Amino acid sequence: MREWTAVAVTVAICLGSAEAAESPDCAVAAHLVGPQFPLPRVAAAVDKTRQLDVVVVGAGSSTLAGPGGTDLAYPARLQVILSKRLPSVKIKVATNVKPRRSAAEMTEIFEKILMDEKPSLVVWQSGTVDAISGVEPEDYRATLEEGVEMLQAGGSDVVLMNMQYSPRTESMIAIQAYADNMRLVAQQREVPLFDRFAIMKHWSELGTFDLYGASRKLETAARIHDCIAQLLADLVRDGIKLSQENPKPIQ
Amino acid sequence: MLESRKASTPQRAAPSASAETASKRDLRLDLFRGIALWLIFLDHIPSNVVSWATIRNFGFSDAAEIFIFISGYTAAFVYGRAMRDRGFIISSARILKRAWQIYVAHMFLFVIYMAEIAYVSSTFENPLYHEEMGIFDFLKQPDVTLIQALLLKFKPVNMDVLPLYIVLLLGFPPLLWLLLKQPTLALVSSAVLYALTWHFGWNLPAYPSGSWWFNPFAWQLLFVLGAWCAQGGAERIGRFIRSPVLIALAIIYLVFAFAIVMTWSFPLLAAFVPKWLGEVMYPIDKVNLDVLRLAHFLALAAITVRFIPASWPGLQSVWFRPAILCGQHSLEIFCLGIFLSFAGHFVFNEISDAVFVQVLVSAGGIAIMCAGAALISWYKRIEGRSPGSRSKPPDADLAGGEA
Repeated sequence: MREWTAVAVTVAICLGSAEAAESPDCAVAAHLVGPQFPLPRVAAAVDKTRQLDVVVVGAGSSTLAGPGGTDLAYPARLQVILSKRLPSVKIKVATNVKPRRSAAEMTEIFEKILMDEKPSLVVWQSGTVDAISGVEPEDYRATLEEGVEMLQAGGSDVVLMNMQYSPRTESMIAIQAYADNMRLVAQQREVPLFDRFAIMKHWSELGTFDLYGASRKLETAARIHDCIAQLLADLVRDGIKLSQENPKPIQ
Repeated sequence: MLESRKASTPQRAAPSASAETASKRDLRLDLFRGIALWLIFLDHIPSNVVSWATIRNFGFSDAAEIFIFISGYTAAFVYGRAMRDRGFIISSARILKRAWQIYVAHMFLFVIYMAEIAYVSSTFENPLYHEEMGIFDFLKQPDVTLIQALLLKFKPVNMDVLPLYIVLLLGFPPLLWLLLKQPTLALVSSAVLYALTWHFGWNLPAYPSGSWWFNPFAWQLLFVLGAWCAQGGAERIGRFIRSPVLIALAIIYLVFAFAIVMTWSFPLLAAFVPKWLGEVMYPIDKVNLDVLRLAHFLALAAITVRFIPASWPGLQSVWFRPAILCGQHSLEIFCLGIFLSFAGHFVFNEISDAVFVQVLVSAGGIAIMCAGAALISWYKRIEGRSPGSRSKPPDADLAGGEA
């Protein structure tokens, strides 16, 4: 089964086809994504212009190292999956990903991203780098708030993405305070939170994926990224639906 | 734990014990500090099923508050007597010696931590975790990392309590002096420092960035509060904290905190928290000892003192003996607990993290802590330094336990 999925994923990518294999394994964590908050700018882009521009801003865990890693990582997979689910919409997922970048460093490039890409959605992944360098959680929260405001003012919806669940380094990187602060900002600013930590932990507990593996191979990592992309696409779908059900003027 | 002096004077409080033993120590301090040490151990193992049962999942405060408060209480109890009997210089020298011991213990734990991450880094090549590998950068520049650690600026995860304790003890001699002369003034100064810290955002710097996780300028309030209670404060507020109104308020607050904390575990419940309340309450700041946390601890303490008197016979029961023993050797057992939490997490990673293994590791760890405490007691006994033996003036560090 595992091999089959991996092969299917690889084949799909090689062909550049939209027919990705959506592994049923991922769905066990679907309840952790759940409908949260509407994505009015995304809904408007989909309904009116039939074009959806997404930018993923993040650090090392938004990409995969190694040959072909970028195509296997969740941003590229998100483009494939969204294109398949919304065939009448032109989907473009751009990335601005650099390793070892803190949340505050990312906010510095937001203006440029908004100008260059004019996205309707920014998926903002952060947390681990801040936790490793010990940025004060309070400052981290302020950065997230400021960043969300900046992106919304620039005409983009935001999805916040938290850290990966990494069992072997769990006792070395104190991410709890950062994860809590991100949740808080998401609640208060009413932006969806993609709880990558809870999702990956759930997969690990159910044995969906082995996160302890020390293998250098990309295979498992690629499947995990594909699953992340699927659930992220679910979150986008729910956000669009919520906006369509309750149309509210964009502030 | 607040009424030890009260309980220590009348013989009827503990008819079996001699007045001498009774004046030595309130067993509740050791009991609750021992339990706090167990909880710290359990909480420090990441993803541990058993840690769901620890108090941080039922209210705002956690074991750290208990530990720091009792440490302040015991420090004042032990060194306060030394300062009265032998003067400022001798007692200060002892306090500083204690701070040095804790520093050495902290560095020992640091070495264990570095050994663990060095080991993990050698077998950690999963491409998924490129970002997490940043933690191993510390190994690449030992010249900086080691010096920052010696300066207490680089403090790995879960190794923040001892540095806080060191700083608190360094500032303790003048505070204790003031506490003996003008207890109210000492407490008020501490509260003023706490308020100023919140206002101006004071804290000590950390490496590679940010500041201390346990801000000493804020957490000192709890330590001083403990010390103040030990130096007669508990007597003064005894009637107040036992008044039915206060107990009722404490219970209401604990229930409220419990309800709020439940919404963290069950996000569906979060919808029931009004938005304005969330905006007032959050974030609950552990770094600076949030008022909500402090109040939660005080409510717990008030209820504990109300329902478990120092003379409670249960304290002599064999069932509490292990926790009391652990509480009496808090520094050693704290370090052992931190080490065991590293080791426990290591077992989860390298062997199995099945639920029964988690329960086994948790129970086994506590058993090892108790055995360790018993061993230390035995050493002290054979070295003739037990409280019962008539060696010179009683050693402050050992008078029925440690500061």
